[in-house]
Parts: sequence; C-alpha cells; structure tokens
Amino acid sequence: MGFLVKIPVLDGRMQQSVRNLFFHVPMWFCMQTLFTVSVIYAIRYLRSQNPVHDIYAVEYARAGILFGVLGLITGAVWANYQWGKPWSGDPKQNGAAIALLIYFAYFVLRGSMNDIDKRSRISAVYNIFAFAMLFPTIWILPRLTESLHPGGMGSEGNPGLNPNDTSPEMEMVFLPAIIGWILLGVWITTLRIRLQIVTEKKLAHE
Amino acid sequence: MNKLKSIGIVIALCFINAIGWAQDMNSKAEEPTDFMRSEGKLYVVVAVVVVIVFGIFIFLLNLDRKIKKLEKKM
Repeated sequence: MGFLVKIPVLDGRMQQSVRNLFFHVPMWFCMQTLFTVSVIYAIRYLRSQNPVHDIYAVEYARAGILFGVLGLITGAVWANYQWGKPWSGDPKQNGAAIALLIYFAYFVLRGSMNDIDKRSRISAVYNIFAFAMLFPTIWILPRLTESLHPGGMGSEGNPGLNPNDTSPEMEMVFLPAIIGWILLGVWITTLRIRLQIVTEKKLAHE
Repeated sequence: MNKLKSIGIVIALCFINAIGWAQDMNSKAEEPTDFMRSEGKLYVVVAVVVVIVFGIFIFLLNLDRKIKKLEKKM
C-alpha cells in the first residue's frame, strides 16, 4: 500500500519547492485521519470496555504524533527557504505545535498511572478532549488571523491547500499522494497494534 | 573618413556588447548562489523527503526493538 508514495517522487513537472505539496501537506492530512480514528476507538473503548480498543486508540494517537512532528519539521525546513526563517510565529505553526503538545500530554497522562483500567478510561476521555482541541488550534484560529499559510485572514480558500493555486496535473498527483500517505500511516499503525496485542496475549498467558 | 566611421561603429558595437554582457553578469549575480536555493529550490523538497524518510526510519527501528524484546521472551 505504501508503494503509492512513489508517485509524487516520480513527478518531474515543476522545478519548484511547490512539490512539497505532495509531502508536507499530506503529513497533516494523515495526522488528522489517524487522530480521528484514535478518538473513534477511544469512544468505542468507553462504550465496550474492551482493552483491544484502548490499544487501537493509543497506537493511532502515537502514529498521529509521528506524522504531526514530521509535518512540523518539514514545515520548518520549507519555511526556512520560503519565508526566510524556520519559525516565524505563524498562527498555524503555533496552533499545530499546541495541538501536538496536547497529544504529548496524553502519553504523559498514560505513563503516570499504574492501574490499567483507570488509565485506559481516563486517557480515553482525555483523548476526546484533545481531539476537540485539535479543531480550534489547527482549523479555526489560523483562519481568524493573518497567516503566511493559505487561508488566513485576507486570503481566499481553505487553510492547508488552496484549490485555485493548483493545476489539474498537480491535483492528479496530490490526491493519490494524500491517499498513499494515509494508507502508509494506517499500515504502520496496524503493525504496532498487532505487536501490542500479541504482547498483551503473551503477558496474559504467563 | 568612411573608414574612420566604420571603425567607430565597430568600437561602439563592442561597447554595446560589453554593456549587454555586463547586464548578463548582473542578472546572474541576482540569482541565488547557495546550494539549497539552486535548481528552483528543488533541494528544499529533497530535504523535506529526507526528513520524512528519517522519521519513519526511527519509528521502524523502535518497532524492531520491541519485536526483538518479544522474541527474546518466547
């Protein structure tokens, strides 16, 4: 599934850093997808009390953080050459950093509790709050202020991507790139989930 | 007189060429000279891809370590 990712590398059309659209932007789409799946499993855990759902929620959040951090670093690299410095205090940069810190706190919270049932339940509730905070920090607040990213105050369109600025050829690469990166993210998450479930079973048998 | 005129024109043409050349040099100098900004900032994309590959590689190494731990227990 992850081989789809090769498509953006092969595209040899635009000799510009605009090509980062195929790498930096799908990181955030992937993060958003993984966090969404994570909160769905957190809710399912609260309804069913099934520990497997808790494992799903944790691992999806973990992979989401991986892609979020990668998105942040790639954004800083890109900004260094496009906007002059790696961190210009852009509202979207700050918002994304805050959202990631909230998710880091999720793992701190989990690490601080020894009682497994209590840990799973409280972290599932926290996961829902963290997911709720994701929307103001990366989707709403950057739109309300002036931003270097597309979609800030005074510029048209959607934050993250502006359909008016992309050509049909770019769309043709961009959409498979999003799908490919998301599938890659889901795949590496399921690897960890399978490992975690096997480990739990092993512990239960001992 | 005619000869002098043509020599003059040739010299003038030489200068025009020189002016053109100087402008050429100027426009070249305005172009970014460092490595990352060459080739239309393409290397920025390369750097971004390297960061992503590196990040996923660290994730996989972490996974490898966990699997090894599990194998030892078996």
